[in-house]
Amino acid sequence: MTTASRRPRIAVHKFSSCDGCQLAFLNLGEPLLALAETVDILHFAEAGPVDEEAEVDIAFVEGSVATSQDAARLRGIRERSRYLVTIGACATAGGIQALRNLHDADEWVSGIYASPEQIDLLADSTPIAETVRVDLELWGCPVSGEQVLGATTAMLAGHLPRVDHSAVCLECKRQQAVCVMVAQGRPCMGPVTSTGCGAICPRFQRDCYACYGPAVQANVSALATHLAATGMPAGDIARRLLFINGHAEPFRSEGRDWQARVITRSGREEEPG
Amino acid sequence: MKVHHFLARDRFQTLLDALGAAGYEVIGPQVRDHAIVFAPLSRVGELPEGILDEQAPGRYRLELTDSGRLFDWTTGPQAIKPLTFAPRETLWTSERQPNGRLVFRERPPEAQPTAVIGVRACDLAALSIHDRHFLHDAHPDPHYRERRRNLLLVAVNCQRSAATCFCTATGDGPRVQHGYDLALSELDDGFVVEAHTREGQAILDALETTPARHDQLEQVEAGLERASAQQTRRLPEGALPELLQAAVEHPHWQSLNDRCLTCGNCTAVCPTCFCQTHVDALSLDGQTASHDRQWASCFDPDHSYIHGSVIRAERPQRYRQWLTHKFGTWVEQYGRSGCVGCGRCIAWCPVGIDVTEELDALSKAPDDALAKAPDGEETP
Repeated sequence: MTTASRRPRIAVHKFSSCDGCQLAFLNLGEPLLALAETVDILHFAEAGPVDEEAEVDIAFVEGSVATSQDAARLRGIRERSRYLVTIGACATAGGIQALRNLHDADEWVSGIYASPEQIDLLADSTPIAETVRVDLELWGCPVSGEQVLGATTAMLAGHLPRVDHSAVCLECKRQQAVCVMVAQGRPCMGPVTSTGCGAICPRFQRDCYACYGPAVQANVSALATHLAATGMPAGDIARRLLFINGHAEPFRSEGRDWQARVITRSGREEEPG
Repeated sequence: MKVHHFLARDRFQTLLDALGAAGYEVIGPQVRDHAIVFAPLSRVGELPEGILDEQAPGRYRLELTDSGRLFDWTTGPQAIKPLTFAPRETLWTSERQPNGRLVFRERPPEAQPTAVIGVRACDLAALSIHDRHFLHDAHPDPHYRERRRNLLLVAVNCQRSAATCFCTATGDGPRVQHGYDLALSELDDGFVVEAHTREGQAILDALETTPARHDQLEQVEAGLERASAQQTRRLPEGALPELLQAAVEHPHWQSLNDRCLTCGNCTAVCPTCFCQTHVDALSLDGQTASHDRQWASCFDPDHSYIHGSVIRAERPQRYRQWLTHKFGTWVEQYGRSGCVGCGRCIAWCPVGIDVTEELDALSKAPDDALAKAPDGEETP
């Protein structure tokens, strides 16, 4: 991608999100400085440069499409970018805000805002790929800065990176982390969640909560059935699935399936008898 | 003839000291994150005194007892495999010179003499299989070889079994048979010790021991018999390669589709699984690259992605590939089964799939197996 005439140009755009993925990028520290010496960073509001209209070789996109302005702005970015790479759960899977897709968002808006007619909200919060073509998707909440850097390096060398979507479990084992599910009975989502995080949570004795999205061929129904057999209520299972990546299949279908098994009575969740 | 010695319990620290004095880094069992793991060890107090492991399909729990014994646990999630076949390591690096030429550099491991205490019969059997795999013929794996030749193994004869153990069914335990330097058998008041190699004898000579008494040797035998008797899991009668070959189309495989997570945990904890993948990492300026290998699993579709498609794309096919290799085609490849009966794949499967139960179902006529399918499906 590097030519004698000019350095590669990159941009980092933000949509509906918490800025955490831009921060993960910023937190790279020294490698980011090295990157800045290799490429021209034309737009990266969190870091300083602002030129949203710039034509670039690689556009990183954080956040989901939640409003009609979002969608229009995104189409423009796609036209001005050679590669478009989504970074993080919001951009790749709609994010935590996609939870509203399961509910009547209009009702929420009118319940919260004094002048709901001023709120421009699409019916669903959606991943970038539902609006424009995406060349590469990087998952995570937040995305791993190292993974973004690795992807950038690969694209600068002229190819898309190989992204490992095997289960978190394999990474746990490579890191010599003891399985929190087997040794402590924690409801870990690792067996159905894509690797990429470096198995951070299990290494610190916490069960994975699936922030990197579904692993390749994730057998979500088998894990959910197992969790139910160990005594986890259907509502809890549904919440494990309908969370940061709740809009991504097969989490969405399975999560709704388990949600439907919960009977609501007198405002309190109960398990079907 | 081997001479058995007795090392009093209060002298056990002298074994650690002797190993340290002989230049070994000592690795031994310790409790970490609710499991027995192997980690650097310097004091006897770091060993898991009085700790028992309770194991079941998909379940591993430690229990503190007042037994005072250091080796009453049976297995942890890993034993020797990570010490010889590293979970992730750089094999070589390359660098582009100013004149454009590429220079490749090997990155041999920095192995140092390492003594591992607490190795079980199943672990040794697995190591022997790995030796055959990694050290065969004219092209032994230099990384494995370097780590392997630096190992001194202090084995332990199991005096109890976990519910997941089935080494008597594979013929690999509970008594340590080969491949160790020193063997310990734990009694209440100390350890019966025997040396199997010159290196082991040199360590034994440095210890204050007494000749083992007949009744102590009898206690060791009784403990080994008890450990054998505690094992309830069995393998089907007859030759498993033929059984599995005949069961290729068995309908039972399909039931794995609803149970197996294809997470690869069974392969990662298996002491004989050796699959690996290689990844290259490029520097930002494109001038240097490092070529790493890491553990991989046949349960990952990427593992069999060849020429644009995934071979054995479905979950049951991948489970069948693993089980059929482990218990069947492995024999043709390495002269024995790839299973040493440690039971790790049973305990550390998050949903508790049990290889012995799967093999049992596959050994039965299809109709029988269906009638016993876990989804409760009845055959007419």
